[in-house]
Amino acid sequence: MAPILTVENLTMRFGGLTAVRDVSFAAAPGAITAVIGPNGAGKTTMFNCITGFYRPTSGSLTLRHEGREVALHRLAGHRIARAGVARTFQNVRLFAGMTALENLLVAQHRTLMAATGFGIGAVLGLSGYHAAEQAAIGRATAWLEACGLIDRADDPAGSLPYGAQRRLEIARAMCTEPALLCLDEPAAGLNPRESLALGELLRAIRDGKAAEGAAPCSILLIEHDMGVVMGISDHIVVLDHGSKIADGPPAAIRADDKVIAAYLGEGDEDEEGAA
Amino acid sequence: MAYALQQLINGVSLGMIYGLIAIGYTMVYGIIGMINFAHGDIFMVGAFLSLIGLLLITSGGMLDGTAAIILVLALSMVFTALYGWTVERVAYRPLRGSFRLAPLISAIGMSIVLQNYVQVAQGARVKPIEPVVQGGFTLMRDGSFAVQLSTMQILIITTTLAILAIFTWLVTRTPLGRAMRACEQDRRMASLLGIDTDRTISVTFVIGASLAAVAGTMYLLRYGVIDFYIGFLVGVKAFTAAVLGGIGSLPGAVLGGLLIGLIETFWSAYFSVQYKDVAAFSILILTLVFMPTGLLGRAEVEKV
Amino acid sequence: MSLARTRRPVLGAALKDAGLAALVAAGLFLPMVGLRTDVGPTGALFLRTRWTDVLLLMAIVFAGRFLLRFWQEWRAERHGPSVQKRLAGPLSRSGRFVAPVLLLFALLLPAIPGIGRYELDLGILVLTYVMLGWGLNIVVGLAGLLDLGYVAFYAVGAYSYALLAQYFGLSFWICLPLAGLLAAFWGILLGFPVLRLRGDYLAIVTLGFGEIIRLVLLNWVSLTGGPNGISGIPRPSFFGLAFTAGGGPGSFADFFGLEPSPTHRVVFLYYLILALALLTNWVTLRLRRQPLGRAWEAMREDEIACRSLGINITTTKLTAFALGAMFGGFAGAFFATRQAFISPESFTFIESAIILAIVVLGGLGSQLGVAIAALVLIGGFEVFRDLQEWRMLVFGAAMVLIMIWKPRGLVGSRNPTVALGEKRTISAAMVAEGRG
Repeated sequence: MAPILTVENLTMRFGGLTAVRDVSFAAAPGAITAVIGPNGAGKTTMFNCITGFYRPTSGSLTLRHEGREVALHRLAGHRIARAGVARTFQNVRLFAGMTALENLLVAQHRTLMAATGFGIGAVLGLSGYHAAEQAAIGRATAWLEACGLIDRADDPAGSLPYGAQRRLEIARAMCTEPALLCLDEPAAGLNPRESLALGELLRAIRDGKAAEGAAPCSILLIEHDMGVVMGISDHIVVLDHGSKIADGPPAAIRADDKVIAAYLGEGDEDEEGAA
Repeated sequence: MAYALQQLINGVSLGMIYGLIAIGYTMVYGIIGMINFAHGDIFMVGAFLSLIGLLLITSGGMLDGTAAIILVLALSMVFTALYGWTVERVAYRPLRGSFRLAPLISAIGMSIVLQNYVQVAQGARVKPIEPVVQGGFTLMRDGSFAVQLSTMQILIITTTLAILAIFTWLVTRTPLGRAMRACEQDRRMASLLGIDTDRTISVTFVIGASLAAVAGTMYLLRYGVIDFYIGFLVGVKAFTAAVLGGIGSLPGAVLGGLLIGLIETFWSAYFSVQYKDVAAFSILILTLVFMPTGLLGRAEVEKV
Repeated sequence: MSLARTRRPVLGAALKDAGLAALVAAGLFLPMVGLRTDVGPTGALFLRTRWTDVLLLMAIVFAGRFLLRFWQEWRAERHGPSVQKRLAGPLSRSGRFVAPVLLLFALLLPAIPGIGRYELDLGILVLTYVMLGWGLNIVVGLAGLLDLGYVAFYAVGAYSYALLAQYFGLSFWICLPLAGLLAAFWGILLGFPVLRLRGDYLAIVTLGFGEIIRLVLLNWVSLTGGPNGISGIPRPSFFGLAFTAGGGPGSFADFFGLEPSPTHRVVFLYYLILALALLTNWVTLRLRRQPLGRAWEAMREDEIACRSLGINITTTKLTAFALGAMFGGFAGAFFATRQAFISPESFTFIESAIILAIVVLGGLGSQLGVAIAALVLIGGFEVFRDLQEWRMLVFGAAMVLIMIWKPRGLVGSRNPTVALGEKRTISAAMVAEGRG
């Protein structure tokens, strides 16, 4: 099967500093692909290139979805999300002053906006919008249930505990109905029990079983905690100092000498990578 | 050619005044990240205090000439600094760490207060004075046009340069300056390291206000007429200068001030006097839109 | 406020503090108040001394500071909920009734006995600012874009109507939508270059934009009449029926068989601005509950997250600018027709500052808060008319004091737009105010 995301010769420089150097890999559809590496390996930089927050210096990023090929490196930020790539952030970025439910409705902005006739119809109270909004609330409710947040639906997102905020951010990303879900260190700051539940949620998202009516979704995640990654990933890419050093299934990665060296020989951990 | 040279001289002396005020904006923005909207009015207060000082000294007939000007300058700096300190203490300190818009509204309120306070205290009429510093040199003649360099302009330029040198030394070479730069980088960390950040911020306001007072004195002596409303326009132009030079940078503020002064003078000389303020505002907009870091500022990279 | 706070001699500390404050006051007021520059008979300036005024001011500062300190110490000694907290419950409960009561009052105002022409004029003034506040609230309160040049759109609206009426003889009812559209167009024009700017920079650029518009209006004498302004702007008609003083055929009074009275026009203008303001409110409230309004608020909360959800920041910002500007334009056209005379003097920076102050003091995003703030500030400003030149001084001081007292404005909390269960207000501490 053709990969959902192909990264070819991706390079990202900031001034004189090369954060990502000539990295190529592919993410299979219906799978959880993890990018790991020590601090400063260039994970987040690459992630920001894929999700359109940085424009890569060179190389290409191709998304294949529903028979279409999209060159992500050519798209403006918000168009990447429209192409089917959703993301979360390392430091959770929720709309803190809006309720959990509102957060999920903002995520469905595009479909709702089309239903309103771009604002004009809705002001005048045309009926088509009401149905669309009910459908959007239905989808939001399904995801709140999937993430165990249904009791907190009407609470402001900023008042939720940290673990719940992380889950809500994933639910919000899923409400855009993406083909590829990109997670930036989803387990950071979670306790072991929450990490375990997160793994289960991600597997359910991959298989399309997390929420009612949800389609299967491929996942790309970056993480520096090996424990979390090994348990849930189907495929792992290892970066170190901006370059790819290994690529394969978890078992192979665990046995790879270069990976072990990179993680154990962390004497040069404080190198100047863009985190 | 001679005409252009004359404009150059005029532009530089005007630019120095803008530069002095711009430093106040740039230092305050650097240290607490807010536009001190009342700073233009602090300049206006400085001009009024200079006027009062000048009348006090000359009416007594005690002094005249250079000694009088130095005394006026010193008095104006001290009392204007007190105003700067009070504004910070009353209107900004209670709002430290509050929402971003609150200090801005408070600053606008303070600007209204200062303007109307001076209007109530000193009257709404414009205040003209007799020229204090007269004379000058004729640099060159081109037909009937003579290029003048007045003593006043020399005074403005030399005083500004001297005061700039003193304050640059103060900010770069003394423990006080180090504390200011530390607060600028990271206020919380600076306070953890034992720097009294409240005091440092107060000192910043005091320095900014005393430089604005120098600008006020120079403005009074150069133009010979002031009113309570001069602060707004001069303030906006000085802020433009600070942005143009790169906010947070002291040499940038002076450079920006010179550029704004020159642009304004040349625009008035060659295009239209009526639209000189439109030119200043257009430059402000163009700079912010196309070069938000200014000439000597640092770029900020947004972290995701 | 550490627990181990030792009991200090309250009185002594407060006295010392007040003494210092009086000393500072002496430094501030001795030269500026004590020595007044006056123009003498020869035209030269001379100094007049007013030492008693300085002493009086020092005494006031001393007493004020002393009482403030004393009160602070006294409050710190006492434990238990503050007055503000104890009032919060009943206030939020009564808040539900404030809006309908205010609306009813506004609707019935002209019918209340004892309400004369002066009160109605004041009502029109307050409602104009309510409308401007609501319009700016879209930009600043919902979308989180700090705009210090809002008066520019007010000016565009006013001059659009005045010029269209003067040069093409168009009636108010045709010009009103045109004025709104033109203002919206200028809003987009301003919006494009400033899309990338944030926070204070955005504020300064919008300020510059507002000043440019005013300076052009001031200097383009052949078109706008420059500082002399435009006079003789036609008054609005009631569906084609003019409000003429003498009655006469085809006039409002004649058609309805009423005694001709100048009050008719004032009452009509009052209801016109009330309708325009309510239209602004209605559109805003509706949009808030819809994707566009939610996108504005989301943008205020976190622009980067918005982008990651596929929301086009450019169009979202531009719609906010355009809509806010449009309502400013409506208000401007109304202003022109009400005054029958406009000049650039009515559109100075201070107007923008007052409108922004209304929005911030009312509470960003809160429609009720903005209305109350407009009522208090503009109404209060009118009440203090006798203070004359002191009035702006009091106004500025009030701005500073209210900000210190309530940095988030009178109504800082936010109402969710949708809920599965019961809607609960969100406290101000959670709500962001935007960085743009």
